[in-house]
Formats: sequence, structure tokens, C-alpha cells
Amino acid sequence: MLRDITLGQYYPVDSVLHRLDPRTKLFGTLVYIVSLFIADNLFAYAAAALFLVTAIYMSKVPVKFMVRGLKSIVFLLLISVSFNLFLTPGTPIFKIGFLQMTWEGLKFASFMAVRLIFLVLGSTILTLTTTPNQLTDGLEKSLGFLKKVGVPVHEVSMMMSIALRFIPILIEETDKIMKAQMARGADFESGNLIQKAKAMVPLLVPLFISAFRRATDLAMAMEARCYRGGDGRTKMKPLTYARRDRLTYLVYLMYAAVVILLKVLL
Amino acid sequence: MGIIRAVNLMFDYIRRDEESEKEEINHALRGVSLDIDEGSFVAILGHNGSGKSTFAKLMNGILLPSDGTVYISNMKTSDEEHLWDVRKTAGMVFQNPDNQIIGNVVEEDVGFGPENMGVPTDEIWRRVDQSLEAVGMTAYRLQSPNKLSGGQKQRVAIAGVMAMKPRCIVLDEPTAMLDPNGRREVIRTVHELNRQEGITVLLITHYMEEVIDADRVIVMDEGHVVMDGTPKEVFSRVKELKKYSLDVPQVTELADELKEAGMDLPDGILTIEELVDRLVPVLKKERA
Repeated sequence: MLRDITLGQYYPVDSVLHRLDPRTKLFGTLVYIVSLFIADNLFAYAAAALFLVTAIYMSKVPVKFMVRGLKSIVFLLLISVSFNLFLTPGTPIFKIGFLQMTWEGLKFASFMAVRLIFLVLGSTILTLTTTPNQLTDGLEKSLGFLKKVGVPVHEVSMMMSIALRFIPILIEETDKIMKAQMARGADFESGNLIQKAKAMVPLLVPLFISAFRRATDLAMAMEARCYRGGDGRTKMKPLTYARRDRLTYLVYLMYAAVVILLKVLL
Repeated sequence: MGIIRAVNLMFDYIRRDEESEKEEINHALRGVSLDIDEGSFVAILGHNGSGKSTFAKLMNGILLPSDGTVYISNMKTSDEEHLWDVRKTAGMVFQNPDNQIIGNVVEEDVGFGPENMGVPTDEIWRRVDQSLEAVGMTAYRLQSPNKLSGGQKQRVAIAGVMAMKPRCIVLDEPTAMLDPNGRREVIRTVHELNRQEGITVLLITHYMEEVIDADRVIVMDEGHVVMDGTPKEVFSRVKELKKYSLDVPQVTELADELKEAGMDLPDGILTIEELVDRLVPVLKKERA
């Protein structure tokens, strides 16, 4: 169950999306997310869907990898859909006790569901086509102006990329600790939600200890390889905008225009 | 004068209690002096707690000696101004393959060292290509390190050090967490680098099989160097090695037992072929 998280898992193929500058993709994701919140009618959502499908197609990543990322939000999706479905006032469809389902609720709920799904898929495309290092490089450079006001941009981006690198390792470790505790009679499966959550607590202590141990080792390894912060560091893959990036920005502009127009006109 | 010189090294681990009073002092090294020639393959043996890992960490300034000096190509590791040059000259590979890979993609990890050193971009690429080629990991360059086997991860770590163009590599028990296949893979890679690129290798290990091909074997115990010589010289002293809780290679042990039993065999037999060569004439003579 812990292995199903797709976020932060790069899928190595060679596609136009993979070759785009991470800043372009970051900005695109931002535009897309904003557009999803602006969109409030069917046509706008159709435009968003078209944009998404094109991006998925161009990324050459198998669709099943995209869908896998959705599993993690099923619960959230269910909650928000049912809240919208039952708690929106309007023309009732039917009534069970104090709960009533309304046409307005149905509309809101389906928009909400589509919005959430598109949101996750959109950001999954970003993480599947961009190595976490490129991603943090992109963030580091886009937010570079913050360095002037004393925000440690390089350090934060380094931390992020290390965190991303260790997520799968720590997940594997959690799995291992769980199995070791299950072998000695710990029960993670039965009981209600609170009991299950309580059963997880004994996992945290060994996990934290091992994470700290790994951190010490890693810090040593980084120092041994001459790491001393962002100053004087060169890049193996420096970020430069190519023609395809400029074209992509043009596409964003057009997409944003379409979404805004649809909102204003309809 | 060798590339690595250690002069009367001491190192203490100090444990402090809550009031940061000294509670316990653990002397990990008690006066180690060594001189290691450029281009040689030196193995350091010792059981747990012999001080061998501490010694390794002193080699590139990760730890600084409590007393004594380490010179890496005549630079003191304790000089703040030379610290980065020391680390460039003496690269280091650690035990746990997972905890020393920083990049999320193999080639990015190999490029990490040169990036830190401020090497220009196209030179970084050249070095990454060369290093991956040298350890035979070019085919995996775009993979995530998490998908590699332990031996492959360790080879990536070695490539990461190679890309910094060091003159010397210190490997601190690089095979301790690997299976036998991974172990062979890593040791073979290290030997190739030593032979083909002329890189000085300081291999710290407790597996006897890994040291028979070394130029020089150093045995440490309780923070002292207790034996120092060619593998043949060191392994001919089976009794002494056992005293330091070290095993000898199986063949060597067998040969030693046979000799004890009265057979006419020389000391320090290291390979099966060697034993067979020696044993056949002895047996023929006995039969005659």
C-alpha cells in the first residue's frame, strides 16, 4: 500500500515534455492549477481536459502511471464529493433523513471531483517528466530573487531534493519495520481508524532513529565530496530556455486566454 | 615520501553526560604512523572497534586527529585552507550505498562532486561520462539509484568519487552490506581503477578474500598497527591473525593445518592453485 505513491517518481523516457526546462513546466503547472479554479463551466473544463490529454500524450508516460497517482486521493475525493453532494442547498433530488441531495450539489460535486482529478494528474505529469533534481533546480532559479531578502533558497532546494531522494528508501524501511513488528505479533490491520493510527506510533521511533543515522552518514558523504553550500557551485545541467520553451509559454498564454474568455463570455 | 602520510595519529571519542562532563573516553587510535606510496593498493584489516574506520575518516578531514598529523600529498588535513584540496585529492567511499548517493538519477549523482568543486559544465559531462565508463555503469546513467543493486550503487558511488579526479580513494568497508556477487563486482572495479588509472587505493575491510590481491596489508588492533607487509607475509602468521580475531582465507588455513600435521608446505599460501602446486610434489614424494 505504501508503494503506490507516484508523486516524486520520475519516469525516464525521452519526450518533448521531458526536455522542457523545468521552469517552463513549473509555470505551466501553476497556470493549469489557477485555470482549474477559474473554470466554472463545461466548456472551460473541456479546454482543461484537452490541455491535460495533450500533455499526457506528449509526455509518452503510460497512462497507468498517471492513474496510479490518483489512488492516493480517492479518500479525499470521496469526502469532498459527498460534502458537496449533500450539503449544497437547492432543488432537491431525493432526501434521506436530514440529508438531501440537490441538483446544485450534483453539479458542484462533479466539478469538484473533476477539478481534483485534473489537479493531481496535472502535477503528476510534472513530477513524472521532471527529475526531482531538475524540479528543485527550477524552483531554486525561479525563486532566486528571494535570496536577496535572505531566504536560503539553495539550502531549501537541496533539502527538498534530498527529501525526495529518501522518500522511497524510508518507505521501504517503514515496510521492513512493519514486517519485523508484525512478525512479533503487532497488529496494523484490524481495529478502527484510531486504533490503526495508534498501532503506527511504535513505527515512528525506529524510523526516526534510522532517518537521523542516515542523515549523519549523508552529511559526511556530502562533505567528503566537497559540498559547502551554494556558493561557487557550478551546474551539470544549467537551465537555459530553448525555442521549445518559448513556444510552450505561447501555448500557456493561449490556454489561459481561452479559459478566461470562456469564463467572461459564458 | 608517499601520497598519504600519517604521523603518530591519535583519536579519542569523548562521550559526555547531560552536564557535558566527560564521561568516558574511548581511544580509537593510539599512535598510528603510516606512509602509503602513490599508485599502490593497500588494504587495512581489523575487527570491529580496531580503529580502522576512524583511520579512514581522518584521511580526508572528515574527522581531525586529537593528536598527530595526516598529510595528503603534503597538505595537512587540519589546515582549514587546504581542506577542500585534501578532499579533492583523497576521495572517499562509505559503507552504506544508500546513504551516500545524493542524486535522484545516476548521472546527476556522479556530477555532484565536480559541481561542488566549481568545474565548468562541459568538463563535468566529460568527467561523468568517463567515470561511469570506468566503473561500467554507463548503461544505467539515466536510472534512479533506488532501482540498482547494492553492488551497482557502490559502483555509482565510486564513479562519483572518480569524477572528482582524486589521486587516491579511501574505501571504508565498501562491501560490508553487499552480497557475494556485489562484493566481487566492487572489488574488481576498484582493482581496475588502481591498475588502469593508477589511483592509490586504501581499502578498509574485514573480508580476507578481498585483500589477497593487495600490494600491502596492514592489520590494526585496538588503535595500533600490529602487522604490515605483503599479503603473503601477513597471512603466513596465521596464529597471530587469529589472536586479533581475524580469519585467514580458507586455503591458507587448510595449508596451515596441513603444515601443523607435518607436511612440508611453505607459509602464506593464498590461492587454491598455489596450494595444489605445492601439495602435488609433496604427496608424490610421500607415495614414493
